[in-house]
Amino acid sequence: MSLRSPLGVVLGRGSAGEGVAHWWAQRLSALALVPLTVWFLVALVRLPLTDHAAVTIWIASGWNLVWLVLLLGALCWHSRLGVQVVIEDYVHAPALKLAALLLNSAAHAVLVAAGVYALLRIALKGLS
Amino acid sequence: MHNRPLSPHLTIYRFMYTMALSILHRVTGVWMALGLCALVYWLTSAAAGELEYARATALLGSAAARILLLLWLAAYCYHFVNGLRHLAWDAGLGLERRAARISGRFAVALALLAFLGTAYLLFCPRAGWS
Repeated sequence: MSLRSPLGVVLGRGSAGEGVAHWWAQRLSALALVPLTVWFLVALVRLPLTDHAAVTIWIASGWNLVWLVLLLGALCWHSRLGVQVVIEDYVHAPALKLAALLLNSAAHAVLVAAGVYALLRIALKGLS
Repeated sequence: MHNRPLSPHLTIYRFMYTMALSILHRVTGVWMALGLCALVYWLTSAAAGELEYARATALLGSAAARILLLLWLAAYCYHFVNGLRHLAWDAGLGLERRAARISGRFAVALALLAFLGTAYLLFCPRAGWS
């Protein structure tokens, strides 16, 4: 006999009370990345990538900065969630698993912070 | 953890190419997670100024870096197309064995085409990169 209430079973929220949040986050970030990455790739093809002035002007102009921040955020979020699942599936020693999960989260936090900082620095330089 | 009986695992199933496609989704995903470092390096060097950016583009334009960039592009193309396949499955579409096998072949073909097209556009007509 299960001690879980029928409602608890149906909600399926699991011991962490998190439920399907991880699953949804991975799918939603994937959906966001469909237009964002295609837009970015098209921009990369059209940009003269070795020209510093052209690249920074492009980053700072119009809505590009907004899309780039969203792209970076969605990329790091999606990447963190994906690598997390891989670690959970293949790393079995509890201490190593915890260390790997923490390192994964920290590394992605640093990447998104550094990337957004760089973007803002480029964009704000044009204003001063 | 040790010597417990295990339920039937990988080695007991006949190999199907859909299994390779499945693990390739993970491999390309993890590989692109490493690629995030290159993307952020590119952005921070652009923010650091013209000199630092020139050094970064020289580094990213080197033969070894080009191979890495091409591998990231290939990983992106496959992960993108196969990711659409996953989203369709999540919506309950194409889960039957026959449909999943056909969509797998389509995904590989489409990813290959997308890779060749974007690789050509990104790397070939660019005088500045050679």
